[in-house]
Amino acid sequence: MTTHTRDRGKAQDIAAREWQGPWRRYDIVKEGVIAVVVVSILTVLLAAVFSSPDEPQLTFQGWATSAPDNFYATAVQELAGTSESTGYGPPYNTAADGISVGGIAPQQWFGVTHPVDGANDFVITPLRSQQQSAEVTTALAAWDAASADQQTAWATGYDTALTDGGGDATAVVTGDYGPVPVLAKGLTDLAAAGALDGILISQGGFYQTDFTKQILFLGDGSYLDDAATAAHLQGNTWGMMNETGSYPGQAWLWLYSFWYQIPLFNSDNPDDYLTSHADAIIFYVMAVLSIGLVLVPFIPGVRSLPRWIPIHRVIWRHYYASQRKVS
Amino acid sequence: MTATLPAPGVPDLPEVKTGAVEPESTMWTSRLRRAWLRKLPPDKLLPDRQPAYVASWIYVFGVLTMAAFLVIIVSGLGLAFAGPAWYHTSSLGRLTNSLHFWSVQLFFVFMVIHLWGKFWMAAWRGRRAMTWITGAVAFLASIGTAFTGYLVQTNFDSQWISFEAKDGLNAVGIGAFFNVTNLGMMLLLHACLLPLVVGVIVVWHVLLVRRRGVVPPIDAVENAATPGDPAISTQDQGTSVRP
Repeated sequence: MTTHTRDRGKAQDIAAREWQGPWRRYDIVKEGVIAVVVVSILTVLLAAVFSSPDEPQLTFQGWATSAPDNFYATAVQELAGTSESTGYGPPYNTAADGISVGGIAPQQWFGVTHPVDGANDFVITPLRSQQQSAEVTTALAAWDAASADQQTAWATGYDTALTDGGGDATAVVTGDYGPVPVLAKGLTDLAAAGALDGILISQGGFYQTDFTKQILFLGDGSYLDDAATAAHLQGNTWGMMNETGSYPGQAWLWLYSFWYQIPLFNSDNPDDYLTSHADAIIFYVMAVLSIGLVLVPFIPGVRSLPRWIPIHRVIWRHYYASQRKVS
Repeated sequence: MTATLPAPGVPDLPEVKTGAVEPESTMWTSRLRRAWLRKLPPDKLLPDRQPAYVASWIYVFGVLTMAAFLVIIVSGLGLAFAGPAWYHTSSLGRLTNSLHFWSVQLFFVFMVIHLWGKFWMAAWRGRRAMTWITGAVAFLASIGTAFTGYLVQTNFDSQWISFEAKDGLNAVGIGAFFNVTNLGMMLLLHACLLPLVVGVIVVWHVLLVRRRGVVPPIDAVENAATPGDPAISTQDQGTSVRP
């Protein structure tokens, strides 16, 4: 056994038993009370001077009035099944398999636990819940009478034509789109009048605390995304740890946010494997790192860093200085 | 001395000895008390002295973290009693929300400094690994608690965060039972369950700190020449209760 190893073993013994060296007075209760008072005063000062962020919530009325073309196009996508939420997969529907990494696809394990039917939940049911014009009533009847294949053919045809027309409903080429344009227009008018917000909240019931459908529908268009971009909240611009306004956000998520800034996970080509699977892979990486943080005392090398990088010499500088005097 | 006079109308009961229960009683309560006092005697639970090396500002950040946690709980109670949308329309609500917001910011600043400090002190030495583990778990649980808080703001920020966060959680299956777009679920988790989890872990962490004591400097030597409080000599150690 070397002298160095013996010394380290002795130091470990010292750490494991009660300290036999000199002591000092330490009023732990007084320290706690002073800490509470200081932190309370500091919090009150910060709150009084800087207040706190509270950017008003977005509404479907705001979306339909400020970006009616985008709302209209999104309603068409819901009917066509081409929106993000209608093609999402578990836990909302079975339209896709979800993300699989290395053959492991936990997204499928629990199936559809929050069912969302874009066409019915976001368009047909809200329209049917209100008294409508004769034109919309006729369109709803035509939609109901059509087969599922016919509904899909109308909606996807119109969705494609609308996209080809640059999102301008007046520029769409003539075709057989059935009741789709009328339904989309009817929903846009309903939202612009402010009725859709209340309809989606109630969802046919009295009490409601689940906003899954509203959030998904809101995210299917560009309204929410544009607002987030303007507020610098996008994931590829450190948005996960940003906050609205000039306030500090969840800075403690810096490492999670960091991975999304790496081009490997943030490629211009969304079909790149790492980019398209980034959400799952980054979660797994963070899970491993989190476990690593918890188990630092047992990880060789990592647990020795404090000895190799002597920051402890600064923390305990008074103690080490006194030891130097003794020696 | 025994109690021998039953009350009128009360049937005779077995004799009950008065005075202290014998020290080695096998009662569960006695065993628990003895075990508690053996592991954490009063002078360890509420010490009025510390080893002389406990002399750095880094030691302040642990208690500052707990102080911020207390302010979070108090301001959070205010918000809980008035509901998640109160602060949008009330100036008092806005102030309460601001107190909650800034105390959370301070909590994490203090906690991260405390965590880094303990890392560079290798504070897990000397059978203190569980102290580190509970601290790290408290940090992770606090992140989860804060995250749910951001989801229940009922404003644009919570709309965007829930929309974005759902993808990562869904991708690994967690979204099936932890639905960030369910305001009711997030509110209950944030206001009831998660603060309780953090609180229990923090109490556990503090009790471990008290039991094991503050970790000595790396390669420390117990040298009486180290400046300490003149009123407390190293000989006093002989009277203290060992862990």
